[in-house]
Amino acid sequence: MTLARTFRRIGHSAINAVWRIGLATRFFFLILLYSGSGFRRFHLIIKELFSTGVMSLIIIIVAGLFVGMVLGLQGYETLKRYGSESALGVMVALGLVRELGPVVAALLFASRAGSAMTAEIGLMKATEQISAMEMMAVNPIARIVAPRFWAGVISMPLLAAMFSAVGVFGGYFVGVVQIGVDEGSFWSQMQSAVDFREDILNGVIKSFVFGTAVTVIALFEGYDAPPTAEGVSGATTRTVVTSSLVILMLDFILTAMMFGGN
Amino acid sequence: MERTTIDLWVGIFVVAGIAALVMLAMKVGNLSTYNVSDSYQVYAYFSNIGGLKPKASIKSAGVLVGRVTGITLDTERYQAKVEMSLDKRYQFPQDTFASILTSGLLGEQYIGLMPGGDDLMLKNGEQLKKTQSAVVLEDLIGKFIYNKAEEPAK
Repeated sequence: MTLARTFRRIGHSAINAVWRIGLATRFFFLILLYSGSGFRRFHLIIKELFSTGVMSLIIIIVAGLFVGMVLGLQGYETLKRYGSESALGVMVALGLVRELGPVVAALLFASRAGSAMTAEIGLMKATEQISAMEMMAVNPIARIVAPRFWAGVISMPLLAAMFSAVGVFGGYFVGVVQIGVDEGSFWSQMQSAVDFREDILNGVIKSFVFGTAVTVIALFEGYDAPPTAEGVSGATTRTVVTSSLVILMLDFILTAMMFGGN
Repeated sequence: MERTTIDLWVGIFVVAGIAALVMLAMKVGNLSTYNVSDSYQVYAYFSNIGGLKPKASIKSAGVLVGRVTGITLDTERYQAKVEMSLDKRYQFPQDTFASILTSGLLGEQYIGLMPGGDDLMLKNGEQLKKTQSAVVLEDLIGKFIYNKAEEPAK
């Protein structure tokens, strides 16, 4: 009867996965439902913006600079073969604004801020602070979860924009200052190839979607974690793994929807 | 940490993020160079557009004056109908000559406008009647080989 047991196990994990997706979706709508009172206490969101957004600044800026520099270097090596080094600016800017900015910033955000969110809420639950709030008739979703959600959603597009902007300067530094690509064609070809609505706004929409997904996953994992040390650590790991995979899958879907049609 | 310090840092963060977005829009993107609102539409027929794409630039004397907004095949005359949106600041005579050119040897294709001598200016929705199609490299090579074959052997 090992065959039946295998099928039973597959069925169990499938049902479990669907169950968790449903719970996470319900959790997402609960957050939206209770965010009204969160906006009335805006200082809570500001406090969370500090810990998710401002504290992620350094890693985002440093990573953006280096990603832009690597793009400049590798792009130059490839474009040189076809004698079109002047298109380096286009390559760096499009790569960053369309893909690398939103995706890499979201991956960094998931591991820097998402894991912290999960651990914090998981520990609150393990030390029964959330139950205590419920006892005091304070809605924990409105008081704890919603401010963190909105802080993540607001800071993610800003972080991605900073990542792209710093990355473009990294590419400029390596391409123009160090290698000596013509500065005029670097900027002018970039400006004629990058479209505001098509490229930049779509990048912002992407990072907005990623920010929503990452924060919902992080908050749900924390809220749903078993109230033990092991449970919190497992939930933190799951946050990083799941949100990274979700970011990459959503990126493919969004790219196919935005740029695949032509 | 004190509340005022947190407020200060969050303020810096939000302003820096918005500044990055504005910088991307202005310096990296084309928001500063081309404004959609002040434009007029014209169209032209080409017998072959080569590799021309929507959003290709339209230049006159090398200056960017507009963008291609749409390319369709007109099934009544079996020619490509190219719709263009030109900047309102630049007015062109009605006998302006439109030709599809290539920037550099492998660069992208664009439409070059050569103004004529007509006193009447193009208005919104009018047609550019004089056009020259794109040079297709295969046709050029084909012609060359054909001419070579015609030559008597030495």
